[in-house]
Parts: sequence; structure tokens; C-alpha cells
Amino acid sequence: MSSVQIRDVRKSFGNFEVLHGVSIPIEDGQFVVLVGPSGCGKSTLLRMLAGLENITSGTISIGDRVVNNIQPKERDIAMVFQNYALYPHMTVGENMGFSLKLRNASSDEINKRVKRAAEILALAPLLDRYPRQLSGGQRQRVAMGRAIVRDPQVFLFDEPLSNLDAKLRVAMRTEIKELHQRLKTTTVYVTHDQIEAMTMADKIVVMHDGIVEQMGTPLELYDKPDNQFVAGFIGSPAMNFLKGHVRVNGVATFEGPNGVKLPLKNAPAGSDGRPVVYGVRPEHFTIADDGADAEIIVVEPTGSETQVFAKVGGEQVVAVFRERHQFNPGDKVQLKPDPSLVHLFDEATGKRM
Amino acid sequence: MAVMAEPVAVPARRSSLWTRAFESRHFLGAMFMVPAVAILILFLAYPLALGFWLGMTDTKIGGAGRFIGFQNFVSLAKDSVFWLSVFNTIFYTVTASAVKFAIGLYLALLLNERLPFKSMIRAIVLLPFVVPTVLSAIAFWWIYDSQFSIISWVLIKAGLITRYIDFLGDPWNARWSVVAANIWRGVPFVAITLLAGLQTISPSLYEAANLDGATNMQRFRHITLPMLSPIIAVVMTFSVLMTFTDFQLIYTITRGGPINSTHLMATLSFQRAITGGNLGEGAAISNAMIPFLVAAILLSFFGLQRSRWQQGGRD
Repeated sequence: MSSVQIRDVRKSFGNFEVLHGVSIPIEDGQFVVLVGPSGCGKSTLLRMLAGLENITSGTISIGDRVVNNIQPKERDIAMVFQNYALYPHMTVGENMGFSLKLRNASSDEINKRVKRAAEILALAPLLDRYPRQLSGGQRQRVAMGRAIVRDPQVFLFDEPLSNLDAKLRVAMRTEIKELHQRLKTTTVYVTHDQIEAMTMADKIVVMHDGIVEQMGTPLELYDKPDNQFVAGFIGSPAMNFLKGHVRVNGVATFEGPNGVKLPLKNAPAGSDGRPVVYGVRPEHFTIADDGADAEIIVVEPTGSETQVFAKVGGEQVVAVFRERHQFNPGDKVQLKPDPSLVHLFDEATGKRM
Repeated sequence: MAVMAEPVAVPARRSSLWTRAFESRHFLGAMFMVPAVAILILFLAYPLALGFWLGMTDTKIGGAGRFIGFQNFVSLAKDSVFWLSVFNTIFYTVTASAVKFAIGLYLALLLNERLPFKSMIRAIVLLPFVVPTVLSAIAFWWIYDSQFSIISWVLIKAGLITRYIDFLGDPWNARWSVVAANIWRGVPFVAITLLAGLQTISPSLYEAANLDGATNMQRFRHITLPMLSPIIAVVMTFSVLMTFTDFQLIYTITRGGPINSTHLMATLSFQRAITGGNLGEGAAISNAMIPFLVAAILLSFFGLQRSRWQQGGRD
């Protein structure tokens, strides 16, 4: 196990810079998830950490060692690929033991370690099968087994669950998290799925267009997003944004589109009249007589909760209720955001106010 | 339409035998196979059977032959020229195929790397394959000419030799010369096919092996070679079959000479049957090639069967 330090790392392909100075400290044993939309540079960063891509500038260190110029095989890391990259001509056991075989470990040692990893991942009955004979979830576990056998300093996961169906993905999510709790190996995990990030991470790094937008624990990101991008990216359904102005007239309010008035707990100093974006999560709406007028468009019950799409001041918002209301499309209701849970962003910069 | 006249009690939709036949899967299947079977019989089975038959007769051009059993084979067994052609054919096939495989694999690995002007180099590699065999054979004939050989000329100008090399006049020189011509012609096929095979290997396997600690040599040994082995088996079977049955290059460059030292079984068969007029004996020589070819095919067939990892399972 080791800590990992990524310091001001940049990456260019030709003249095109895809990572613009990224710094991420990762503590020993931490489970860090790099999350962001496709093309944000998260996979490139992971591949640089693995040594599969060159580092244009900046440094990456694993433990106390700067690894910029160290070959992948000497970095003591293991990676799980999106397509698993299992060797098709080797059995499950051979796949898992391959790295040990290359290091000239004795066959006793290889057997022992492969067996141990197979037991952890419930792969023991499959050791003599070929990858073609396995289901997607089993292949995924073999890929993890190959990583575990090595007992590396750092585990790297590159979107490992995106080839699985929805149900299996949820199960594997738990399995990976449980595995980490058991082995406590430093892990860097790349995904575009914010739910994976929220459920698994000790620390989430939200990336966008080659920069780090924010890092923190899942709940920090949820409760205090630094900017409008993070606010919109974390949480499902996504946060509602309404453009308007802050009015401080004795009591602070937000004046939105078409004169809609929404409550504010307190206005940031000097914000009177400033153009802002008002952010409220769907789950922070309540039905209240003093709320804003809303017209219901679509109601989507999921059983545990109900998603309601409605128009407020001509803009579409989504609200989520755990309690069961009798709503029908076309109904007029009063929606009220909880003022203590509302987020305000500067309209020009998108930064949190 | 006579059926229609039958009593009404029978279901009215009884149709003629012809119509019913065309609704039967078995009949239709047989019908659809007729053209293919006809072509196979006409151009494959019939000539093969004729060849077998001729090999058992003493047919000469212009005359109907008698059935003489295995006499042709018995006399061939005592014929030193025939045994020389067997040796030549095996030597030609083994050396040319081995070198073609080595050079072809090397070129394929090279072309699979990131190279400048890659597509141009690929086109150049394919060139020998595009030139008609006889044309390239004539070019080699000039290259190996005893008076005008460009190789001899270059070596003399470079001061490495003092006399022109007699490429096609000396038995072993001639053997190596035709082997070299065959290699030149056969390498593109091996190289391009193996390259196609290499490109089906996922780069992430190499990345995974890299992280697993494999050196370049180990990656070649543990990833490239096993993943390529099915294609190697197919390519080398084809290559061996084509080399073993080669005719054009030899016949154009040496006609089997000097003193039969480059005669392959195919050229000897042609010489005895067409030039010499002994169709029966020529056919017997051709038939003698069959056991070798079957052995080559079986070898690759069982070679292919072994790769169990390719079978079963999904995708």
C-alpha cells in the first residue's frame, strides 16, 4: 500500500492539451474515484498513473518515488480494464497467475496466491475455464482477481462496470467496495457514473475539460458543490437551476424568471441585484401554501419516491417526494424549496456564492 | 390439376406434386445445391478421378491406354530422376516455407508498429504478390543470367568477387536461386495475412501484460505467438501447399535443369506427360504428390483443433 501524489500534471497530444495542470493528493489506503463526463481526461490521467501514457509535465509519485520515468511493470500497480483484457488463451487460473509466473515465482507460491484470490472472489470452481466460457460478471471478477494476486501498491480501475447490465453493476459495486474494505489497498477508480462515485468513494475528484472542478467526500460534494458544474453533475435527478437576481429588501429573496419569488436564508454580502443562478435539488422541494406557483407536467412514480416535473415561472423543474401525493398533469401546486438547502451560484463564473 | 377433380370431402387445398415438392425443405435444399455440386463434379471430382485412372494406365498422347495397375508406380520407384524430384520438392518446400514464415512474421510485426510512411511500406510489401508469376520469373531469369546478372555485376564492381556467378548452371546454386525467387514471391502473402492477424489482438492485452511485468520478448512469447497461432496454422498450410505444387517459377527459370537438379514433382509430371507424351506416367507422378499434401493438411488440421480456448462460450 502507498500514497499517491499527482502534482500539476499536464498532458498534450500534439498541440492539444487535454489535462491542464491537475493536482490530486491520495492518501494511503484511500478509495479515490475520478468522475466526469467523457472527454474530461480522467482515463488519460489513470493511464498516466499506470505508465501507459507519457506525462507531458508535472510529477506523479507512488509512495516516495517519482514514477514519471519508471516503466509500468516497475510501478507495482495493478489495473482492471474496461474490457477486462483477460488473456483469451489462458485459463482463469493462468490469467491470475501470469504476473507471478513472469516474476519466476515457484508454482507452489503461484497456486497458493491464485487460490487465495479465487476464494475471496468466489472464483474457485472456475479456475480451469477459459475467459470465453465466463459471463460478464465472472470475467470482471477474474480481472479483479488478476489484480489481487499481485498484491500491488495501488489498484487502478478504468470504468470496470460499464460493460455490465444494470443489476450486476449494482452488485459488483458493493463487491468492489467490500473488497477494498477488506484489503485496504490504495485504489483509484475512474467512472462517468456519479452514482458509482457517490456510493464507493472515500474521496471523489470531479473532473471537467481537463481540470479538477472539486474534490472531497461524497457528502461534501453533495452538500457544498463549489460550482454549478459539480452541483449539476452530482446527484440524481440533477439539481434544478433557475436564473434570476438576488433582492435584499429587508428579507433576502430570489427573483427568478417571470417574477417568480423563491426564498433565501440569507443573501451573501453585496449580492443585492446581482445576476445569480439559484440551485435547488429535487429532493429539497416541499408542497407549501407559501411556495411558488407550479403547474405539473409529468408524474413519474418509482414506488419508493415520486418524481414530478413541473413548470415554475415558465422553466421546467423536477421535484422528488418520498411521501405519496395525488398529482395529475395540469394540477396547480405550490412548490417551496427548503431555504437552508438552497445553493447560489454567480451567473458569470458559475462559482458558489 | 387432376387432384382438383377429386371428391369435395378431400381438403380443397391439395396441390400438385410439383408444387408440394417446392414447399419441401429437403427438395428445395437439394435443388439449391445442384449448381455447386455440378461445378465440383465437373471441375474437381472428374479431373481427380481421371488423374487417378490415368495413373493406372499406359496412356500416351494420341492413343487410348490400357489398365496396367500399379506398374507406373513400380517403375517410378526405380527411377532416380523421380526420387531426385521428390528430394528437390521437399527441400524447396521446407527451406522456402521456413524462410517465408520468418521474414513474413518479421515484416508483419514491423508493419504493426507505428512507423512513418506505414501505408506506403505496406503497398511496397505487397508488390511481389501483384506482379504476374511468369513476369517475375522472367525477371529472375535475367537476374540469374550467367552473363548479364545484375548481382554478379554489383559484386564485381564492389570488388567482392572476380568471376560471374553461374547461378543456374550449378545444381546447388540453381536450387538456392529458385528457392530465393519463391521466397521473394511468397513473403507478401505471409506478411499481410499475419499482419491482419496481429491487428485483431487487442492492444489492451499488451497493456495488461506490460503491467503484469512482461518484457517485450515475454509479450511476444506469451501474447502474440499464442494469439496468432490459429492464423499461423492457416497461412503456413496454404504456403506449404502452394510451394509444394509450384510449377510456374521453376518452369520459367530453369525448366528443371541443370541435370534435373531443380525439377519438382509438378514440373517433372508436366515434362513426362505433356512434353514427353506419357500421360499415364505423368499422372502417376502427380498422384504421388497426394500423400504429402494430405499429410500437410492433416498436420495443420490437428494443429488448429488444439486451441480449445477459441471454442465455446458466448460472443
